[in-house]
Amino acid sequence: MDGSALIIALLSDVHANIEALSACLKHAREAGVGRYAFLGDLVGYGADPQAVIDTVACYAAKGAVVIKGNHDEAVEKTPRYMNDSVRAVINWTRDSLSDEGKDFLASLPLCVREQDFCFVHASAAAPERWDYIDSAAAARRCIDAAQVTYTFCGHVHDQELYFQGAGGKTMAFRPVPGTPVPIGRHRRWLAIVGSVGQPRDNNPAAAYAQFDTDRERITFRRVAYDHVAAARKIRDAGLPLSIAYRVEKGI
Amino acid sequence: MSVPGSDRYAGGELDGFLIGERIHSGAMGYIYRVDGRDSAFPMIMKVPRIGPGESGEGLIGYETEAMVLPALSGPHVPRFVAMGNLAKTPYLVTEWVDGESLEQVIKRGPLAPDDVASIGAAISDAVHSLHLQDAVHLDLKPDNVIIKADGDVVLIDFGLAYHAHFPDLLAEEHRFAAGSAPYISPEQVLGTRSDPRSDIFALGAMLYEMTTGELPFGVPSTMAGLRDRLWLDPVPPRVRAPAVPPWLQEIILRCLEPDADDRYQSAALVAFDLRNPGQVAITARAAKSTQAGVVEQTRRWWRSRARHPAPRRLPKSQVSATPVVMVAVDTANPDDQRQPALQRTTAQVLSLSSEFRLICVSVIRRSVVAEGPGSESASGAYLDHLVRLRHWVEPLQLPLRRLSLHVLESANPENALLEFARRNNVDLIILGAPHPAQRGLAWWRSVASGVTANAHCSVHVVRVPASLN
Repeated sequence: MDGSALIIALLSDVHANIEALSACLKHAREAGVGRYAFLGDLVGYGADPQAVIDTVACYAAKGAVVIKGNHDEAVEKTPRYMNDSVRAVINWTRDSLSDEGKDFLASLPLCVREQDFCFVHASAAAPERWDYIDSAAAARRCIDAAQVTYTFCGHVHDQELYFQGAGGKTMAFRPVPGTPVPIGRHRRWLAIVGSVGQPRDNNPAAAYAQFDTDRERITFRRVAYDHVAAARKIRDAGLPLSIAYRVEKGI
Repeated sequence: MSVPGSDRYAGGELDGFLIGERIHSGAMGYIYRVDGRDSAFPMIMKVPRIGPGESGEGLIGYETEAMVLPALSGPHVPRFVAMGNLAKTPYLVTEWVDGESLEQVIKRGPLAPDDVASIGAAISDAVHSLHLQDAVHLDLKPDNVIIKADGDVVLIDFGLAYHAHFPDLLAEEHRFAAGSAPYISPEQVLGTRSDPRSDIFALGAMLYEMTTGELPFGVPSTMAGLRDRLWLDPVPPRVRAPAVPPWLQEIILRCLEPDADDRYQSAALVAFDLRNPGQVAITARAAKSTQAGVVEQTRRWWRSRARHPAPRRLPKSQVSATPVVMVAVDTANPDDQRQPALQRTTAQVLSLSSEFRLICVSVIRRSVVAEGPGSESASGAYLDHLVRLRHWVEPLQLPLRRLSLHVLESANPENALLEFARRNNVDLIILGAPHPAQRGLAWWRSVASGVTANAHCSVHVVRVPASLN
């Protein structure tokens, strides 16, 4: 990792929402971010898969970490567990992507470990199973498997910080956006960075996080963007209306 | 005294700090005086106990304080200066607060009610300031309350504190989060760590100790002893010190209610009552001369078995849900057409929260009061305006415990209002705007703009639409 890159932007679950991605990247650039990590699910749900892949590929060429998510994998072969509307979007996405775009998604790793970081889409415990980290116990399994100080995940769309309390118990903390939280190297931490393109906590603003490697602080962010335009594009593309509605309302 | 492996800092230099005398050595760690870095104020360095044989409690306290203190500001906490990396050289440098601890004050014996009120109000101000910053102290005790020469209070030691913006390292850890047995609230005993009203309980325990010289629940040393306060009420202060006035007993026992919902809902309201004894809403608490009987205790014990879920609200929103609203009423012009508008607005604002305190204030010019013989006496004018104030607020039909009335005498109404609002932790001032056509209210005109410009809180200026004039 580049020694001069002090702040890492952690972006996940973009879900083909170019409006949200552009807003977050601009926000990160203005905050002095020097390194980028994309934690999977570049596509699925949204109307701009090609534009998102092109953008992320540019960052990858400059050294960004890019992880594969379950929606990215589904473009290769549609899995059984997906419901009809998600399946419809995946088929549409496959048809609208260039061959290079599909190759890029297929080439992505499930998990990247670098120094004391672990980047993964779902859980480091078994990345290919796409298990959700929705409890302290699931977080504990992920932390134990990652074997590093800092694990950064997506997949679950709500921002959450898991940590080990005074007695060693793993606990969850719902972060306050914009407040830097000290996360020192003497403990192990797991951050769910939130979803750029499809937040689901009744707030349509895009979510991502910044980690300051030097000061050992993580700041969760919410960025307002033109979510109405993103929802309109989903409707115009003939994708399921329920997905447009979710983007509009942040649900 | 030398503790192996502990005194590696004394006499040395660390990150630009010259380390001086060790002034404290406790279970949690050590405190040194330090100089350096061209500091404009005296400083101390806290170093946690670490190493083989230590419990880790000192380190957790250090880590908690190092997380919470830099996020706090204002005159009621020590200024944060610097900290070391926890993994390498853990230390925390803060301002050294010059003053006397409440512990030293209490050691000299019980205080007179007036002194309890003034010191207690200063402590309440400090606690309120903390709560407004989304933090809860959770270890308030006389040792951690420093009274400065000017009477202001600074709270120290945030090793057990909770701050809603940071992960709570002490959550679910009873063995670390014990607090101080004589002052800890019932819900803390049960493991709740995010309720600002826990600090109000500790405040009540300190007021009790200041007043009677004794602790309301003794010094329990077992968990069972600690749990007693879930259903046992303390011996009423007036039993221990008959000279305690009813208003003070009312305030103390209300702070010490076992159920947080029955206490004052914000420290600002405690401060207000302590500063305005005549306005304290007296209930049966004030006259209590015995502890609750066996039947009542059994009932409370039963209830306490299934109680105290952690509050969902952030400390700040808990406090903001109980606003102190001050309305400035021009009692010199009771028939002015702006009065109904002011009443309407006040009613609307109060309807937004079920918990509030309304302070009605009228400022009368000292020169008017001192007009001398022949017209009306000073106290006559005062009473006259108080009656008008009561008449003004009557249509709002507020319960007495939510209401207080004040006639201030001042040659400078703007300053009088601002000072009164600041001193009583007012959250919102409501007052009428002057109208260009209203020559009769000349002094009030400058007041509205001056108060708006200089208030410490929000100001709601009520204007009657021009077409109605």
